[in-house]
Amino acid sequence: MTRATALIAEDEPLLAQALQAELARAWPELQVLAIAGDGESAVAQALALVPDVLLFDIRMPGQSGIEAAAQLADEWPPGKPFPALAFITAYDQYAVQAFETQAVDYVLKPVQPERLKKSVAKIQDLLARRTATQTGDFETTLGQLRQLLGGTASAAVSAPGLLKVLQVSVGSSIRMVPVDDILCFEAADKYVRVLTEGHEYLIRTPLKELLPQLDAQRFWQIHRGTVVRAEAIDAVTRDDAGKMHLVLRGRQERLAVSRLYAHLFKAM
Amino acid sequence: MNRIDWEERLQHFVQVLAFCLVVATIQYGFQPDRPYGPPVVYSVLIGIFIWAIIDFGRAFLPSAADTGWPRGFTAIALAAGGITAGWFIGTQVADSLCKAYGIYPPGSAPADPAADLRNSILIALIAGTVATYYFYSASRSTYFERQIGEARRHADEARLKLLETQLEPHMLFNTLANLRALIGVDPPRAQQMLDHMIAYLRATLTASRSTTHALHAEFDRLRDYLELMGIRMGARLAFSLELPPELAQRPVPTLLLQPLVENSIQHGLEPQVRGGRITVSARTEAGVLVLEVVDTGVGTTAMPSQGQGFGLTQIGERLTALYGDRASFEFDSTPGQGTRARIRLPLDDA
Repeated sequence: MTRATALIAEDEPLLAQALQAELARAWPELQVLAIAGDGESAVAQALALVPDVLLFDIRMPGQSGIEAAAQLADEWPPGKPFPALAFITAYDQYAVQAFETQAVDYVLKPVQPERLKKSVAKIQDLLARRTATQTGDFETTLGQLRQLLGGTASAAVSAPGLLKVLQVSVGSSIRMVPVDDILCFEAADKYVRVLTEGHEYLIRTPLKELLPQLDAQRFWQIHRGTVVRAEAIDAVTRDDAGKMHLVLRGRQERLAVSRLYAHLFKAM
Repeated sequence: MNRIDWEERLQHFVQVLAFCLVVATIQYGFQPDRPYGPPVVYSVLIGIFIWAIIDFGRAFLPSAADTGWPRGFTAIALAAGGITAGWFIGTQVADSLCKAYGIYPPGSAPADPAADLRNSILIALIAGTVATYYFYSASRSTYFERQIGEARRHADEARLKLLETQLEPHMLFNTLANLRALIGVDPPRAQQMLDHMIAYLRATLTASRSTTHALHAEFDRLRDYLELMGIRMGARLAFSLELPPELAQRPVPTLLLQPLVENSIQHGLEPQVRGGRITVSARTEAGVLVLEVVDTGVGTTAMPSQGQGFGLTQIGERLTALYGDRASFEFDSTPGQGTRARIRLPLDDA
């Protein structure tokens, strides 16, 4: 077996160094390819370097560690096994609880050598199994990430009740758009595009804050930046590369379906 | 209608029953030549009707919503009405019961019906008033005890929450993790960091004991905190503290600026990939002391929510409590540009 490689994502430089030093003691053969300081660059570097192990801090500037891992899972090149994933956190009850229930590996800061050794053993075990079975347990990882994304978000935001109308500013006036008319929400830079049959609006409320206020039975998240009304979906297609797209009734756009949410679409 | 506490009503019923027997026994004690039966029947029936009317009647009065008992005129009206109606009904029922079951022994017709009537009314009035007043004050004292208990619990919760915001666990453990890392690679710097942390912890834990300290002490605490964060965030955090020497001895409320600086770090700079700069400054402007915390962080669109709000509301409340309307607090944030918080304090007596 060739030497295993790792990528660390940690925004505090001293902690990243310390983790690297502790890892060197607990797992001398592991080769740390790079240290990323935020979520976006962690995703970019992971895609470029294709490491075997990812160690992601939860709280990072920009994207959180969980969001970064989810994006990575979505954009991971097919045919290559997904890395073994472990999160690092200083103190976050919600996250730790979620990790426990999802059986996702995590490391607590300050890093304790004994605890790190156990995590290392688990990761090594996972890597050994992965080379043996080839397929890996990518589906399990997808499920775990899906739960983590939902779990930490709903724990942090106390349910504010379901939205009935969206208040959208159009020029100098406020338009009231009934939620029932909305086909799709799409995150676009600093705004969220709201599509109805004949119109398109822009709102400033981030998708993350909007999601808990939508009826989860009717509005499905199909991608990091896309939420569609289930009844408005016309057809879902899968291309040769295995990527899924869907088309909405009354609209022309083809919307990408993330691998994280592909499980929503199965023939009855 | 107010909620009826059945257990409490049952307790009252038993107590009323006992009280009525005591009244009947005293009555018998004054007239030992007459039979014991009738006073018991009258006393118990009148007592129970008075009790029932007042104790259940109070549940229908709106002014009894919190203590369980009405206030003022309605209280007196309820007691007077209950005693009068209870006496009439109780007497009627007792009359028919005594006749039906022959409780009056043969040949013991009352010698002086007018005197008996007078006694009965007098006893009902005095006993009814005493018992009603007793239940009323007992209920009120349990109510106030409960209120005091609740107030105490609220105060405890608030203190705990304050401590939790000040000693934010995420900050604490990350700082400890940094310390642990530094001990291995750079012991002198680890010592320095520990000193800042000790000063920060001491200031945080003792902040509630004194209300004001000198402005330079406030700036020293901010420096401790920012140095700590500087070690953690590395090049992502730049800061400057601008305190003109002539203002150094000015008294200010303890740790007034601390929540603002923490706010700037947590919600302004930490979420921003490139980090930013925090500037804390003090100056005088037309006889007013102006304290400012400015950051170049991500900024927010809305007024700060939840966790942040706790610190900021607290600043507003403290200023109002200490200076009334002579102090002011402004918070102004633009997404993508940063946040500016400004406090104005009167200079004369501050």
